[in-house]
Amino acid sequence: MTDQLSAAERHAASTQLTEIERSNAKLGIILFVVYLAFYGGFVLVNAFQADLMDTVVFAGLNLAVVYGFALIIVAIVMSMVYGLWCKVEPATAGKTAASAADVSLADGSLSDNDGNQS
Amino acid sequence: MIYDPSWSAITIFLMFVGGAVGLSFYLGRRKQSSEEYFAAHGQIPWFVNGIAFAGDYLSAASFLGICGMIAAYGYDGFLYSIGYLAGWIVALFVIAEPMKRLGRFTFADALDAKFNSRGIKAAAGVSTLAVSIFYLIPQMVGAGVLIQPLLGLPHWAGVVMVGIVVIIIVVTAGMVSTTWVQFLKGSLLVVFSAVLVVLVLNQGLTTVTESGETIGPIPSTLLATNRIEDRAVLTPEGEWAEYPELVRLASTLDAGFDVFVVTPTQDSETVLLRRGQTMTTNAAGETLVGGLPLGKGQGERQLRGVGSVTKLPGGVTSTGPLGPIEYLSTLRESEVLLWSKLALKEADGSSTTVYYPKPADGSRIMRPGEHPTFAGIRSGNPLDSLNFLSLMLALFCGTASLPHILIRYYTVKDAAAARKSTIVGITSIGFFYVLTLYLGLGAMTSGALDVTDSNMAAPLLARSISQWLFAIISAIAFTTVLGTVSGLILASSGAVAHDLVGGFLGVELSGSAQVRLAKIAAVVVGGIAIVLGILFKEMNVSYLVGWAFSVAASANLPALVMLLFWKRTTSQGIIASVIVGMVSSLTWIMLSADTYQKVFGWDPADAIAPFSQPGIVTIPLSFATLIVVSLLTKASDK
Repeated sequence: MTDQLSAAERHAASTQLTEIERSNAKLGIILFVVYLAFYGGFVLVNAFQADLMDTVVFAGLNLAVVYGFALIIVAIVMSMVYGLWCKVEPATAGKTAASAADVSLADGSLSDNDGNQS
Repeated sequence: MIYDPSWSAITIFLMFVGGAVGLSFYLGRRKQSSEEYFAAHGQIPWFVNGIAFAGDYLSAASFLGICGMIAAYGYDGFLYSIGYLAGWIVALFVIAEPMKRLGRFTFADALDAKFNSRGIKAAAGVSTLAVSIFYLIPQMVGAGVLIQPLLGLPHWAGVVMVGIVVIIIVVTAGMVSTTWVQFLKGSLLVVFSAVLVVLVLNQGLTTVTESGETIGPIPSTLLATNRIEDRAVLTPEGEWAEYPELVRLASTLDAGFDVFVVTPTQDSETVLLRRGQTMTTNAAGETLVGGLPLGKGQGERQLRGVGSVTKLPGGVTSTGPLGPIEYLSTLRESEVLLWSKLALKEADGSSTTVYYPKPADGSRIMRPGEHPTFAGIRSGNPLDSLNFLSLMLALFCGTASLPHILIRYYTVKDAAAARKSTIVGITSIGFFYVLTLYLGLGAMTSGALDVTDSNMAAPLLARSISQWLFAIISAIAFTTVLGTVSGLILASSGAVAHDLVGGFLGVELSGSAQVRLAKIAAVVVGGIAIVLGILFKEMNVSYLVGWAFSVAASANLPALVMLLFWKRTTSQGIIASVIVGMVSSLTWIMLSADTYQKVFGWDPADAIAPFSQPGIVTIPLSFATLIVVSLLTKASDK
């Protein structure tokens, strides 16, 4: 019963996102959708219009190479943009201390380390 | 090919392994809590964790498999690079921070965060084991493949050595030693691959060909005679008679023969003969190359290294150093030799494999659709297009569902560190994948490729430049296996000790007892991996990794995503989704044409699954199962 409760509490704590966590998650989803469209375009062109990939588009390179490299470079750039735009959680330090305390208490048993994550 | 074990390779290899084992003992010298064994106490710096992501993720399939595929077929292997990297976007933008927030030790922790359900722990624990073991087999097979040229030892010895070294790494200090081994491996792999690419670009492209590689152009009427260029034509017997495009000429240097493939020229009256190679296994089990015993002595032959450019733009014979863009654009306007093979039966019952070159326009090797897996995209058959979409979907969704990758999120202190380490991971992995295209194309034109084993492309490319570089790259390739296998065994041991015994069976264990159980599980899983690595010796390395991605994406991702984004998800929905995703993807794979042909040796036309890659069906099926079961069980879950 205690475990049930603590699990529920832990879930409440972990799913009740702070304003900052929610805004970071939203930013993540927006960037994810943008990249998904970019990746989806590549996959669909390959699947249904493969000959387009032969077209030379830049400096003697064909679309296959340019789009492929772009998918890798854009992934790196978007990940950095996400890192820069994400708000830093001020609760981080407090959370870490709380989890460390939980760990030392919970260590050695399988019962859940519960709820007091801010 | 016959590989001479080189002392430089052995020395560097032993230094690497000694370093990894020594570091593990040093890190494991004090008593460990379960928090430390499974999650390194959340104290790994984010930068180290980011590079360790690369060390964990860039497996033998990436380094050996992708480079080999590009070397043999061109651009197609790069599609895997693109898909494997794109999957990290899902990991960073959707999974990383919640994973860190919800879980503690294992993937099941995160799925179970809301419910404390033994069923979820069991389902997620079993799916972790299934995915990890599928992923383990090709790594172990890769280790065996590598050890032969590196140390001159048989395949099984390589598998056993990797197994033992990895068990030591995992058992000594768990996640701490695993992380540092992966960090070292990730750094070395990326740095030395970059060095190799710089050397490849600096060499540029050359059309130098050895004498005796081609004969002619000769009048095509000569093919009907019994002498060509003063060499006797061997009478085609057995299945040779069915291939008039293959001509065997007696050698003028030894008692063997050379096989040539007839290539048309622009002039319809003449043909060009290009030299191929043959390897025959006779009834006594002996191996013959060009009709002579395999060996390096007098009266013996071995297979030659291959891979060359036959024409460069502007008719030049050498380009000199090239820039990264120039290298690709020049190659696109060149002509290279790609090697195909053909199996045939001799009149005396021996089986012969003929390896023969085919000139290919550079524009063909720089576009997708040459490898059998991807050739369908140009066939116009919608099922082939679906198969391609399915593979690219599995690669995209698979990364963020691999348990051995996900547990790395528990090794850093908070969500911000999880985010930063993923960014470091994406940058280093993305950089490496850009390099794979150059490594593969460099090997394709290096003259060093082994026609029997494309997996050796990257190490052999290094050997064509310097023996020391070969030693370093081979040792790194071996360490690549160590890093990935450690992560997989750690994830499996966590699934057994924490999810199945502790969670599902409800056995209450103290921290130290749990660590002890996890270590025993690591030894057992390591032992199973050794046995499977030996049994699956003949299997294609990258093929099995594809299985692991499909199963992970179908079983794990839908449950994880819905838990995060759909409030009405119930525990029964999650359990059903994991089980349906895992069973349906495995069943589909077993019933696919690829498995019929490569695993069972049956006729692929009899396969029940309409195409080989399951993801496009089984991922939506797993999502649908979760939604339906959650809606049906909503009341009871309250």
